[in-house]
Amino acid sequence: MSHWIATPIVLPAMVAAFLLLVCRHHLGLQRIFALASGVAMIAIALGLFVQAFDGTITLYQLGDWQAPFGIVLVADRLSTLMVLLTAVLALLVQLHAIGTGWDDRGRHFHTLFQFQLMGIMGAFLTGDVFNLFVFFEVLLIASYGLMIHSGGTRRTQAGTQYVLYNLLGSTLFLFALGTIYAETGTLNMADLAERVRQIDPENSAGIRVAAVLLIIVFAIKAAIAPVHFWLPASYSEAPGPVAALFAIMTKVGAYAIIRIYTLVFPPDLELTQGLIDTWLLPLALIGLTIGMVGVLGATRLDRLVAFSVIGSMGMLSVAVALFTAEGITAALYYVVHSTLATAALFLIVDLVAEHRTRHAELVTAPPVPSAGILGAMFFAAAIAMAGLPPLSGFVGKLLILDAAFDSPLVVWTWAVILTTSLVAVVGFARAGSTVFWKAAEAQERLDADLDDSLTQMDNVESKPETDPRRQPALPLLPIATLLGLLALHTVFSGPVNGFMAATAEQLFSPEPYISTVLETEGKEIEYHGSGEYAEEGDGDGHGEGSGSGEHGEEEGH
Amino acid sequence: MELLVASGIGVLTAAGIYLVLRLRTFPVILGTALLTYAVNVFLFASGRLVVGAPPILMDDASRYTDPLPQALVLTAIVISFGMTAVVVMIALGAFLGSDDDHVDDQDGALDPVRKLERAE
Repeated sequence: MSHWIATPIVLPAMVAAFLLLVCRHHLGLQRIFALASGVAMIAIALGLFVQAFDGTITLYQLGDWQAPFGIVLVADRLSTLMVLLTAVLALLVQLHAIGTGWDDRGRHFHTLFQFQLMGIMGAFLTGDVFNLFVFFEVLLIASYGLMIHSGGTRRTQAGTQYVLYNLLGSTLFLFALGTIYAETGTLNMADLAERVRQIDPENSAGIRVAAVLLIIVFAIKAAIAPVHFWLPASYSEAPGPVAALFAIMTKVGAYAIIRIYTLVFPPDLELTQGLIDTWLLPLALIGLTIGMVGVLGATRLDRLVAFSVIGSMGMLSVAVALFTAEGITAALYYVVHSTLATAALFLIVDLVAEHRTRHAELVTAPPVPSAGILGAMFFAAAIAMAGLPPLSGFVGKLLILDAAFDSPLVVWTWAVILTTSLVAVVGFARAGSTVFWKAAEAQERLDADLDDSLTQMDNVESKPETDPRRQPALPLLPIATLLGLLALHTVFSGPVNGFMAATAEQLFSPEPYISTVLETEGKEIEYHGSGEYAEEGDGDGHGEGSGSGEHGEEEGH
Repeated sequence: MELLVASGIGVLTAAGIYLVLRLRTFPVILGTALLTYAVNVFLFASGRLVVGAPPILMDDASRYTDPLPQALVLTAIVISFGMTAVVVMIALGAFLGSDDDHVDDQDGALDPVRKLERAE
C-alpha cells in the first residue's frame, strides 16, 4: 500500500504546525517553507494524477483497517484532478500573497493557508462521508481565519455572517449524516452505494430525507440559489488572495454533489428519482440568472466578481444537474476553467483596488499603475468568465449547451445560458470601461484641476509626479500564469475533454470503485476471549517483519 | 424513552431555528448552539437507543449498543464547540469595531429601526 495518497493531507498539516511552532516570528522563513510545500504539493499531485490517469483506483486504508470499518482515502481520476487543480491554484495564490505583501498584514497567513489546503485535499480524497464532514470543517475553520485576515470592521462583519451561515450548513450536514447512519448503518461511500440500492422503496422515507438534506448542504457550499446569500459579502470582503483561493471552495461543494450523486444516489436509483432533474436544474438556472444580473448591477468591482462566481457556479450546476455522462464531462471541463478564471479575476481586482484612489468602487478614477497590462489581463479574464470566444469559457459553454440537448428543459437551459451570457458581457464591459478606459479622462480632469489650483497658489515648487508608479512584477506573474493556463485549457481542449469524458465514464460505472474499496483486505484482528487481541499483518504496509509470514503478537490494541 | 428523546430533539431544534432567525448576533449564536446540541442528541440516537449495554466487545455481554454514533458525537461536539468559540470571537470583533451587533448587511440603509437607534 503506497502512502503517497495521504501526503496531500499530511504534508500541509505538518508544514502548518512547523510554520506555527518554529517560524512564527520570521516571515521570510514562513514564505520559503510555504512555497517549498506548494511546489512539493504540485509534484505529489502530478504523481497521483499520472497514477490515476489510466483509470487505476488507488486505495489507502488509514491505520490499515479494512473498509467499511476503517476510514479510507481513494484516489481516482476525479479526486486526483481536483487535487492537482488545488495544488496549482494554491501555489499561484501564495505567490500573489507574497508579492503583494498580504501575508504581512496579519498573523499566521501561511499557517492558516496550509490548514485550508489540508481540508480541501482531504475533502477531495476521502471515501467516507463523515470524514468528508470533518475535512469540510477543517477547511472551513481555516477559511474563517483567512477570511478576516488583517481585520477591519467590514471584514469581520462579513466574516460573522459567513461563519454563522456555514455553522448552520454544518449542522444540517450532521443531521443528514445521522439520518443516513440510522437508515443504512454505514458511512463509507462505497458501502453506502451498495446498501442504499437494497433499501425497500416502500420504506425509504428516511433515506430520501437524507438525500435531500445532503444536497442542500452541498448546495450551500456550492452557492446554488436559493442558498447562495453568504457568498457576495464574504468573497468581496475577503482579502484578494484568499478570495482567489476560495474559488476552489465552491468547487468542493460541486465535487461532493458529483461524487455522492453518482456513487451513492446514482441517477437510475428509484428512491431519489426527480431530485436532481426536477429540483437542481431549475435552481441552477435561477442561480445562473441571479449571478449574471448581479454582475450587471454591482457597484463595486469585488462584488461584481463575487456575483460572477455565483453565475459560474450556476452554469456548472446546470451541467451537473443534467446528470448524463456528457453533462458531467462538460461540468468537469467547466470546473477547471471556472476555478482558474475566478482566481485570475480576484487577483486582478485585488491589484486594481489596492492602487486606485477609489479602490474597488465602480466609478471613474485616475488610472492604476501599469493600467495597460492590468486592463489587458482584466479583459482576457472577463472574456473567459463571460464565455466569449476564443477562451475556454466559450468551449465550456458549448459543451454544456451540447450536453443539454436531450434534456426536457432544453429550451429553458439554452435561453437562460445564452441570455445570461449577454448580460455578463455587458456587465463586464461596463466595469472594464469604467475602471480602465475612462481612467485617462479622469486623470486629465484631475490634472486640469491641479494645474488650476497650482496657478492660483502661484508657487510651483514641484509638480507631483504624474508617471504612475509601476506595478511590481511578482504579483503579475500568478495572474499571467492563470491566464496562460486558461489559454492552454482552450488550446488542448480536445485531449482535456477526452480525459474528462473518461473521468465521467469512471463515475458512471462505479463497480470498480466499490469493489476496490470493499474487497481490499486490511489487517486481521484475532480475539482470544480474554481481553487480549492479536494483530495479524496482511503482509502489506507493515514493514519488513510481517513479510515473512511470522506474525508476532502485539499487545495494546 | 424514544418519545422523550425525539421530542427533546424537536424542541431544541425548534428553539434553535427561532433564535437563528433573530436579527442580532447574540441570539443567533445561542440558536446555533441549541441546534448543535439537538444534532448531537440526534446523532447519538441514530444508532438506536439501548439502555445498559456495553459499546465494546466483552465476554459476558449478551447485547451491545452501537459504538460508532458515540464516536461521531464526540467529533461533532469538539467541532461545534470550536466553531462556536470562533464565531463568538469574530462577532465580538465586529461588534466592538462597529458598535452594532446586527447580523444582516452592514450598511443597514433600509432598516428604519436601526436608523432610529442611531439617531438616539
